[in-house]
Formats: sequence, structure tokens, C-alpha cells
Amino acid sequence: MPDKVMTEDAVAAEIESGMTIGIGGWGSRRKPMSMVRSILRSDVDDLHIVSYGGPDVGILCAAGKVRKVTYGFVSLDSIPLEPHFRAARQSGTVDFTELDEGAFYLGLMAAAHRVPFYPTRAGLGSAMLSENPDLRTVISPYDDGEELVAIPALDMDVALIHMNRADRAGNGQFLGPDLYFDDLFAMAGRRTYMSAEKIVPTEEFLSEGSVHTLRIPRLHVDGVVEAPMGAHFTECPPDYDRDEDFQREYAATAKESEAWEAFRAEWLDLPSHDAYRQKLIERSDAAEGPTP
Amino acid sequence: MTSDDRATLDEICIVALAEAFRGDGEVLCNPMGPVPVIAGRLARATFEPDLMLTDTIAYAVSGNLPLGGDPSDFTVEAYMPFRSVFDQVWSGKRHVVMGASQIDRHGNQNFAAIGPYRKPKAQLLGLRGAPGNLINHATTYWVPDQARAFATEVDVVSGPGYDKLAQLGDSARFFEIRRVVTNLGAYDFETADHTMRLRSVHPGVEIDQIVDATPFDLTIPSDVPESRIPDAEELRLIRDVFDPNGVRKSGFR
Repeated sequence: MPDKVMTEDAVAAEIESGMTIGIGGWGSRRKPMSMVRSILRSDVDDLHIVSYGGPDVGILCAAGKVRKVTYGFVSLDSIPLEPHFRAARQSGTVDFTELDEGAFYLGLMAAAHRVPFYPTRAGLGSAMLSENPDLRTVISPYDDGEELVAIPALDMDVALIHMNRADRAGNGQFLGPDLYFDDLFAMAGRRTYMSAEKIVPTEEFLSEGSVHTLRIPRLHVDGVVEAPMGAHFTECPPDYDRDEDFQREYAATAKESEAWEAFRAEWLDLPSHDAYRQKLIERSDAAEGPTP
Repeated sequence: MTSDDRATLDEICIVALAEAFRGDGEVLCNPMGPVPVIAGRLARATFEPDLMLTDTIAYAVSGNLPLGGDPSDFTVEAYMPFRSVFDQVWSGKRHVVMGASQIDRHGNQNFAAIGPYRKPKAQLLGLRGAPGNLINHATTYWVPDQARAFATEVDVVSGPGYDKLAQLGDSARFFEIRRVVTNLGAYDFETADHTMRLRSVHPGVEIDQIVDATPFDLTIPSDVPESRIPDAEELRLIRDVFDPNGVRKSGFR
């Protein structure tokens, strides 16, 4: 089997300005944050982000890396409105295509299956269609002749996903309650990079979870990054919950640019994921105080 | 049992929302937010036993799961990750309860943005799943502050109303806005032109208050009933089983 192990910075080196980047996970859940930060460290910009968005979208927008966002929603879950994305929408600094959440799934599936669109009724009568001149409808070629919305394939140059476990060859395993749509992101990406909490020997997968958790076959993965705490501060159960304190601090930085710049310097512009983890350990030690 | 046997407004709203599920049978009851979630679980525990309900994460759970309860303490009857929820949406076997920052007399709902959609004054939740929900299955709205949300016109149509759907012909055949429940009363669209009608008034609320909190023409039948008051068993379930910590109270000012 191939060996696809690489670093976050090697992933970022594969990304060019102007590309369309799909990001897996859901809201503030199992987001590939260590790879998102590696994009932040690089000099690419003008990106088109495709995501069930959370802080991945907010951070990249706040850092000026984004031309356009295509999304099913953007939320921090426990904080319903992603404040940096909200600021970007209200100031009109990023272009966007907003799809119904289920329609977004159909767009991912169309890209994964290499067809131009999947049809649905979602969007008829709503702002999704009336405010979105790029979206078209199709007439059923069968006797019913029904008009349906054609959700276009969400093709992407690069897809980034984060799993609980992976092997060196690029097989991935989720151990939490929901895969979300990461298998479709992996298939939709022209190149797909997967970080994981832990790289394990392939033969250990089934001691971690049932065969049903092995949902990312290596066929669709071009690179594997070992990133413990790689989804922080989003949740990555059962390895860890969302860091709500950290998320609140992040969200508060949308109020003024100085707070954002300070947060970015302290937490986002670190030279590596190892440096980030080290700072997290120091933060946790400081919070707990000296042990007696 | 809490010492006060009289139902409070939050509990009356919960029962009014639960009533929206009456007759649904075996569908995925998918309420959003604490008050609607309690309502769905209450409906199943009392008069609508065949409903399926999730833990709001990924499991369909049988039994009387409290708000924030651990599904592993209960019987998981089906796996219901987000992908499967969308599949249920398209199958039509679902009844959702959503919020509304604005809603008009046709049932057009907005929780996407205030101001122009492309560059809003205030970005709200976004369209979320509203476009797909409305066109595929029954929808009920929970509006905790009627005066604030009832609007002559919505800024953005996230969930289309009956006037929009009338233009769609057969594509709209699965569309139904079952009910709108507010802090003042319950509403439906059972009029000839499918505009909003007052269905029941919450105890203690005057018709004048309803009118004052409604900036559009509302059909008010001459004999509007009072919203049903929860019985002792319903109060016990709400207070002691589903929401012992009183999370439901936080939405009421």
C-alpha cells in the first residue's frame, strides 16, 4: 500500500491562489483546523471555500483569504451566528452562494459522482432561487414534466477533512456520532488531504470501531497528516469535546480588529501545529494552576 | 410535582405546539429549540405515540428523553445522522418546527437576514434547511415574540408561504404550514385563500392584544376558543421529566 503521510505545510504548498477548497466537518464539529491554519500561514488568497461552515470559514474570511463562500450554513453551533462570517456578509467583502442545507448535500454528491447536477424541489419559492441567478431549473424529461432545481456539482480543486483515525495509505475512520459528508468531500476533491487524530496500523482499525466507521477509502485521499487535537477548538468526539471557552474567546475577537489581530498572532500564526499544541498545553496548565 | 398546579405561559405554548403534531402518526418529529423539542416529546408521550424523535444529534431515541439527556440511558431505535435527516426530508415523512424572525400573513418566513439579502443590515441564521423543509413536508413555526416577528412583508423568504407556493402548481403538492404558535395564540392557514387565521387564544390574552401585535389583516373567527390548558399529567411530564431545570423558561421575558 502507498505511504501518503505529509505535513500541514506540505498540504498548504499544494494550494494556489484562486482555487476552490472544500472543507469537511459540520459547523463547529470535526473541522480540519490544523490544515486551515497552514493555509493562513501561506501567502495564498482569493480562495473559494465550499463548506458546511464553522470557524474554518470565519477565520479564513477574517484573514482576507476568501473571494467567495458556497455554503449550506455557517455557524459555531453553541454560538448560532459565526461572527467573523457575519461581519464579512454585512460588509459585503465576500461573494457567496447560499444553498439549502440538503441541497448542498446534493451538490457534493453530484461532484462526487461526476454528474453536472442533482435535481430537487428545495429552493422553489424561496430566496435560494430568486436571489441566486446562477441557479437553474430543469424540466423532468418524463411524463410528469415537473420543474425542479438543478443543484450544480460542487467541484473543488482541493478537499480537506479531519478523521479520528487514519492509516498511512489514506484510509480514514470516524469514531464520533456522525460522518457528516466527509466521504463526499473526499470524492469531490480533485486532490484530497485528510488529517487525523492518530495514524494507526491498518490492522488496528477494527479494534477502534466497527467496520461501519471505515468510511473513507484511500482511493480518494492524496495525503495524510497526523494532527492530534487537529480539530481544536471544534469538537472531535470521542477524542475531545468542543473547547467552548476557547470558542467564546475566538468569537469575541469579531468585535474589533485589534482583538482579532492579537488572537491571530497568538493562536493562528504559529509556525506549526506542534507549536499550537504546546500553547494549548500551557493554557490548560495555567487554567488548572500549580498542582499541590 | 411542582407546588403550583396552574400552567404558566411557557407550558401553554408547549401544549399548543404539541397539538400541531396531532394526527401525524409515524413521522420524524423534528423540532428545533428547547420549547418545540419538549412539545414533540410531550406529544409522543401522550396522544401521538408513533412519532419518531431524535436526541437532536444523531440517534432516534424511544422513551421520554429529557432535554440534554444522554441517549445511551434510553433505547436507540434508529441511526439518524444529518445525511439521513435530509433523506427523511425528501421522503416527506417529517414534520419540522422552526423559528421565524419575520413571518407574514401568507406564511412567508425569514430567519436569513434583515435588510437586502446580498448585503444585509443584519445577517441572521441564513436559509438553513427552510427551503427544502417547506416544499417537502409539514412545517410549524414557533414565534416567542409575536409583536416583533409578525410582519406585513419579510425581508428575505427562507421558508416560502402559500402565495409563493400557489405559483408552483404540482411541485408544491407536499407543502403544508400546519401551525404558527406564538406567545399570544395559535394560528393556521385554514382559510379559502390560505392566509393566516387565529386558531386559539392563550388563556389571559385579549383579542385586542392579538390585533395590536399583528400588522396585517388576520382572520379572526367570531368564536375563537382558548388554547388548551395542559392537564396534570402533561404538567408532570414537562416539569419533572422533560425539563426539570426549567430551560423552557429562558425564552420568555
